[in-house]
Amino acid sequence: MKQPVEKNRKAGGEENGSGKNGAGGPGLKLTKKDFATDQDVRWCPGCGDYAILSTTQKLLADLGVRREDTVFVSGIGCSSRFPYYMNTYGFHSIHGRAPAIATGLKVARPELDVWVITGDGDGLSIGGNHLMHALRRNVDLNIILFNNKIYGLTKGQYSPTSEPGTRAPSTPHGSVDHPANPLSIALGAGATFVARAIDVDAKHLGEVFARAHAHKGTSFVEVLQNCPVFNDDAWAPIVDREHKSVRQLRLAHGQPLRFGKDGELGIRLGAGLAPEVVAVGDGDGEVPPSALLHHDERAPTHYAHLLAELAHPAFPVPLGVLRAEDRPSYEALVGEQVEGAVSARGEDATLHNLLHSGMTWEVGDDGLPR
Amino acid sequence: MSTTAESRESQKASRTRVDNVVVRFAGDSGDGMQLTGTEFTKAAATAGNDIATLPDFPAEIRAPAGSLAGVSGFQVHFASGAAQTPGDEPDVLVAMNPAALRANLADLPEGGILIANIGAFTKPNLKKAGYDENPLENGTVDRYRVYAVDISKLTTAALDETDLSSKEKARCKNFFALGLMFWMYSRDPQREVAHIEAKFASKPRLADANARAFKAGYYYGETAEVFQDVVYEVEPAAFEPGVYRNISGNEALALGLVAAGQLADKPVFYSGYPITPASTLLHSLSGYKHYGVTTFQAEDEIAGVGAAIGAAYGGHIAVTASSGPGIALKAEGVGLAAMTEVPLVIVDVQRGGPSTGLPTKTEQSDLLQVLFGRNGECPLPVLAASTPSDAFDTAIEAVRIAITYVTPVVLLSDGYIANGAEPWRLPDVSSLPAIASSHRRDPEGFQVYQRDPETLARDWVVPGTPGLEHRIGGLEKDALTGNVSYDPLNHERMTHVRSEKVERVAREIGPLAHTGPDEGDVLVVGWGGTYGALRQAAQEMQRRGHRVAHTHLRYMNPLGEELGERLSRFRRVLVPELNMGQLRLLIRARYLVDAIGFNKVQGQPFKVSEVVDAISDLL
Repeated sequence: MKQPVEKNRKAGGEENGSGKNGAGGPGLKLTKKDFATDQDVRWCPGCGDYAILSTTQKLLADLGVRREDTVFVSGIGCSSRFPYYMNTYGFHSIHGRAPAIATGLKVARPELDVWVITGDGDGLSIGGNHLMHALRRNVDLNIILFNNKIYGLTKGQYSPTSEPGTRAPSTPHGSVDHPANPLSIALGAGATFVARAIDVDAKHLGEVFARAHAHKGTSFVEVLQNCPVFNDDAWAPIVDREHKSVRQLRLAHGQPLRFGKDGELGIRLGAGLAPEVVAVGDGDGEVPPSALLHHDERAPTHYAHLLAELAHPAFPVPLGVLRAEDRPSYEALVGEQVEGAVSARGEDATLHNLLHSGMTWEVGDDGLPR
Repeated sequence: MSTTAESRESQKASRTRVDNVVVRFAGDSGDGMQLTGTEFTKAAATAGNDIATLPDFPAEIRAPAGSLAGVSGFQVHFASGAAQTPGDEPDVLVAMNPAALRANLADLPEGGILIANIGAFTKPNLKKAGYDENPLENGTVDRYRVYAVDISKLTTAALDETDLSSKEKARCKNFFALGLMFWMYSRDPQREVAHIEAKFASKPRLADANARAFKAGYYYGETAEVFQDVVYEVEPAAFEPGVYRNISGNEALALGLVAAGQLADKPVFYSGYPITPASTLLHSLSGYKHYGVTTFQAEDEIAGVGAAIGAAYGGHIAVTASSGPGIALKAEGVGLAAMTEVPLVIVDVQRGGPSTGLPTKTEQSDLLQVLFGRNGECPLPVLAASTPSDAFDTAIEAVRIAITYVTPVVLLSDGYIANGAEPWRLPDVSSLPAIASSHRRDPEGFQVYQRDPETLARDWVVPGTPGLEHRIGGLEKDALTGNVSYDPLNHERMTHVRSEKVERVAREIGPLAHTGPDEGDVLVVGWGGTYGALRQAAQEMQRRGHRVAHTHLRYMNPLGEELGERLSRFRRVLVPELNMGQLRLLIRARYLVDAIGFNKVQGQPFKVSEVVDAISDLL
């Protein structure tokens, strides 16, 4: 059969946009502004989403991607309004289902650069199932989960990541639910790329997004995002300037797990595989850097699980890429099967053969079987 | 089997010629009754009979052996005339155990032939079937022509020389029964032996054993005196010249979807979640990758429709299928597809409901669900297939409507159509019209919700097209730009436009399928899988001299104008449905006609006689 043209069209082909929107052709490097739409951004003043939007727009300009080949798919919630503000293709879908829609799109059009924008309620509550299966399949999507530990758009109910005891309109006596850990869930689902960043730390966020974008397979990034209206300063204990050196653990592949103003603290594996915080140095009771855990993005998954479980206040919170593993992406495997079948048997794939397969018999002009 | 061929010749004089035969095979769900019935059907079809089948099996894969819950049946009607239904009642019941007898005996008319495997009528089996004593010996079956055969023992004996275990030998008894039926209905046994060898080619031991059991059954009929007077022959039916194959509704749907992809020259993306009786669509389509078909077994029904929406947005012919419970889960996604206006086909292979209901039984009770089971004002075109082979045409039609009007389309089938089979005269492929589709590439003057003035379709723009970057979503959109709009009048306008777009599909309806006079006393209006029973009942009434006609709908929404005119030309309107009166409700509301219902919700299709009686009551 004839393979449909659009399927074979590769991104970065000769068809550069010359339309009035000025899609980036050679020599027409797009700027951050080119990735903004003419729509007014309607998040609350001070919302962490602004910073994430800005970082994303800048990153895409820096990466030199084509707007027409980029698609943002979202679900429902404050974060899911994101596509309206990106001058790319965008699909604001229904609550929790963005990973499913994005999976269908990516399988159909593997050459597209597909991003999923979700939140803690959208991604981990109503859409938890789709998130899990996108991660397990390793569809080449960039899934960005804005975690503000609260439902914003519906006015402040506690979310699956809310701390126990959260007082909200639906929990006047405090929530009793045990919170979900997005990174542990992603790892448990078999994610090949798992990372965490902070909304307002634009430089680090941009680096993490760039890594996520470069990763082939599902990239999962949890962004610690502040909701100034319903859960202000929920992440303050971790992100505040005065404490951040001792409460944040910046991960770097191959480097020991060290934190503190001058790297004076570190993490090693203690008895019973329990991580422990130690003082780093040559002195009495101090541990040399060589004895610390060294970050390895490709280590067996139990190491990434260990990192994901490091939580304030007992431990610093890991930021950066926890895990990056190479595994064939789902749409590539699906495409190989279809293309393999087409190249092996496509010649015979005619309408006539389609209908005349299986057991047939012929009835002659006398109305009787031959 | 040369001797057999000779003896078939010698037997010819003593054969009784009949026009119609209905045979029901019944046994444990592990007894292979579906395979037996299918093979017997193939033999009838290739011998030139018209056929219609009704597989009737339990929801459990292997209910406890010998239990009533585990009884699986397969009814086939073959005829020298038209076989429009699987038959009201069997002429022959093959009961492989006491439970099969108990579950089916009431359907066998007086004087009907009962072939019972007495080898399975053991004390424990009788007890499991709820019999205190053996019904073959206490007068229960005196009204029938009973042929008690120890199929179990004869099968085992026929396989003496093989190295099969006794359990494996016992499993071959369905082929013994098949052989016996081949004898009774004068079928060519050599062809079947070749089929068996081909079917079990990868398991030569089983091929050999099944062929032996089959031949043993055939020879038994030939040799045992009792079977000499029950040899029948059904002459071939007069078919239109052409090439034929047997087709089930789900196979036909799959072929129609693949064909639609070819006709539109676009790749097909199918996503679904396993559910009875829609699963075989996914199975079939996954075998057509060489036609550029991509199948996706989703994590749930919602992801099934979600992925299809994503693929449609990406420019593919996207299809998702399910049955009632799954369609309920997909509702929000279908609403999104309606709001964003992407082309999509949603197949609902209906089964008994509500809730899990009767998974393996047929019903027509999802009509109102697919019409109205979404939030907001959300009309969609809805098409219904009426026979297994009609599912092929309906699938192509649904894809064409979806692409032409850039809209989701619902295609209704049901368990009866999905699993039933009939001979299908293959269409001339050059007669199948191409499906026109285009994706806008020109950025000049592009507006997201700008519409074709005829179809009201918006442009189907696929991501990857330079200069046409835009955003769509489930929020209400400005009627032109597609930007989010909360403007009250814009919402009303968009609601009307979405509705009007669906109404315009009425121009695609074409002449209604109609048989009988243009005016008269009773118009029977039906839809879906009841086609054969309603048509035959109407024809029967016409033969009796009554002014009765039958109109069968393919378009459930929009219904169109012709139907209204037709309704007005009959004194009474009867709407037989396998539900509580869903189409009747629509007809009454839409046309202000006092339509009368004839409704059955037993998980079983209509019998022709039931419909004949219902029509008669109105005369």
